[in-house]
Amino acid sequence: MALLAVRGLTKRFQGLVANSDIDLEVPEGSLFGVIGPNGAGKTTFFNMLSGFLQPTAGTIEFAGNDITRVGQDRIAAMGLIRTFQLVQMFRGMSAAENVEVGFHLRTRGGIGSALLRPPWLRRQEADLRARARELLDFVGLGRQAEMDAELLPYGQQRLLEVARAMAAAPRLLLLDEPAAGLNAHETEALAAVIQHINERGMTVLLIEHDVGLVTRIAHRIAVLDFGCKIAEGTPDEIKRHPDVIAAYLGTEAADA
Amino acid sequence: MTLHASTFTRRGGRSYLAGAGALGIALLFALVFIKGGYLLTVMQLAMIYGVFCVGLNFFMGYTGQASFGQNAFAAIGGYGSAILCVQFGWEPVLALVASMAVAGIASLVVGYPTLRLRGHYLAMATFALGLITYDLSVQWTGLTQGYMGYSGIPPLGIGPFTVEDERMKLVCLTAILLLGLWISGRLRNSRFGRALRAISTSELGAAALGIRISRYKLAAFVIAALYASAAGSLFAHVVGFISPEVFGLQMVVVTFTMLYVGGVGTVLGPAIGAVIASLLPEIVRSTGRFQDTAYAAVLILMLIYAPKGLSALAGDGRKEG
Repeated sequence: MALLAVRGLTKRFQGLVANSDIDLEVPEGSLFGVIGPNGAGKTTFFNMLSGFLQPTAGTIEFAGNDITRVGQDRIAAMGLIRTFQLVQMFRGMSAAENVEVGFHLRTRGGIGSALLRPPWLRRQEADLRARARELLDFVGLGRQAEMDAELLPYGQQRLLEVARAMAAAPRLLLLDEPAAGLNAHETEALAAVIQHINERGMTVLLIEHDVGLVTRIAHRIAVLDFGCKIAEGTPDEIKRHPDVIAAYLGTEAADA
Repeated sequence: MTLHASTFTRRGGRSYLAGAGALGIALLFALVFIKGGYLLTVMQLAMIYGVFCVGLNFFMGYTGQASFGQNAFAAIGGYGSAILCVQFGWEPVLALVASMAVAGIASLVVGYPTLRLRGHYLAMATFALGLITYDLSVQWTGLTQGYMGYSGIPPLGIGPFTVEDERMKLVCLTAILLLGLWISGRLRNSRFGRALRAISTSELGAAALGIRISRYKLAAFVIAALYASAAGSLFAHVVGFISPEVFGLQMVVVTFTMLYVGGVGTVLGPAIGAVIASLLPEIVRSTGRFQDTAYAAVLILMLIYAPKGLSALAGDGRKEG
């Protein structure tokens, strides 16, 4: 059964059609890629899935629930957690603290317990610290745990954002262009982390401009161009698909 | 390797500075206690402003939102205490708590619609709130006695025990400020505090992790209002007199200075800023007619050489509390 099912999703900004009638099904446990040239509507698509934008038409179903018009924090609470193309670090907090914020949905406690610090809260905090460390080790940032997050190199900030999202124990992890701005070496490290996450049983939906990365690690790929889904298939099918080649290289190249 | 070495010396230097700072504050209190007189009043007011700033820091520091209208809640505290004690003969402590409850409810009612605004718009809306409160305190003479204000407000106390000695007043105010700081430190390093601090630099990132932004902003706003109201009440009981001017624009400017000089977003910064910004006018007074210029010059120098506040010189605000 599909964990995420998108039907007829459309978004218009006044006259501009950013997404037109997109259908997509992401099976549970898969590593699904969405690619497309710049301006194809990938981020708009993503923003609608995560509740940051309201669609003009169409429906989004997540784990059997209609989430089309549900707010972003409630979508997150249902287990759909996203990262951002422009890294959203919590500045002035250490890398470990950034991950600790990620546990927000998986922990409890408000003002009263923060003041009184009952035993259960102390246990929860200790547990959370240990698990934050594990996640940092998992993405290879164990040695940077106490560093100010904003001082980390860009590539490490990306990995930190992934670790932070994993802290929320998502059922579906949405990664918005995680390789943007990374060098080849950093992209390799990131690809390995994404594959490991998926091998742990987490469903991953990856939106990416870097076709090489997606065709290497994704099980299945959908291609967007000018707001429409123009193709879907396995990485090999996508690499040979004439419409995809045309979209990326221009029509002349496809004709030739 | 050189990098590591230099990091360690810097940390060592910082803890040395923090120790020196603590020693300086202890000496200052000792001096004030021995000399007494006018300095006692200055320090009493510094503690009261400290309480206000520690509260404001929840909203402006931890949560990163702008409010120019927090004096409105101090006015509720001050007038609440004055009216309840002078006209109805309430116990000062009860009046303080009741005023805090009123300020808390008022901040919920005002904050719910206003906190939808962001950045400059939020600043303007809260600024308007402060102006409206000032106008009300001047015009609603039936309640506030206008420019005349209230005098003869009884000192703090419980039952037969009242705090009338100036030195004891300072001790009590210091204890209250320390309690306020303790609460601030505990909340900062908790699930609640982490959510506030996440919101301060990335609302997008916080919402994506399931943090309910508007709820947390409102909570920080209400906490700030509770502190402000307590500070207003303390002022009324310690000084014994209030008028609209006490809670006017001057208060907004002074508390902002304190917050940024001390270190916005740190636990101790607001209290340190309150002490420094209160003492500074007394220190530069000797320059006679240049005292305002000297005051401003010192402030500018501090903001240039300690842009994250004086508390950041002594230690990393991140690890405090």
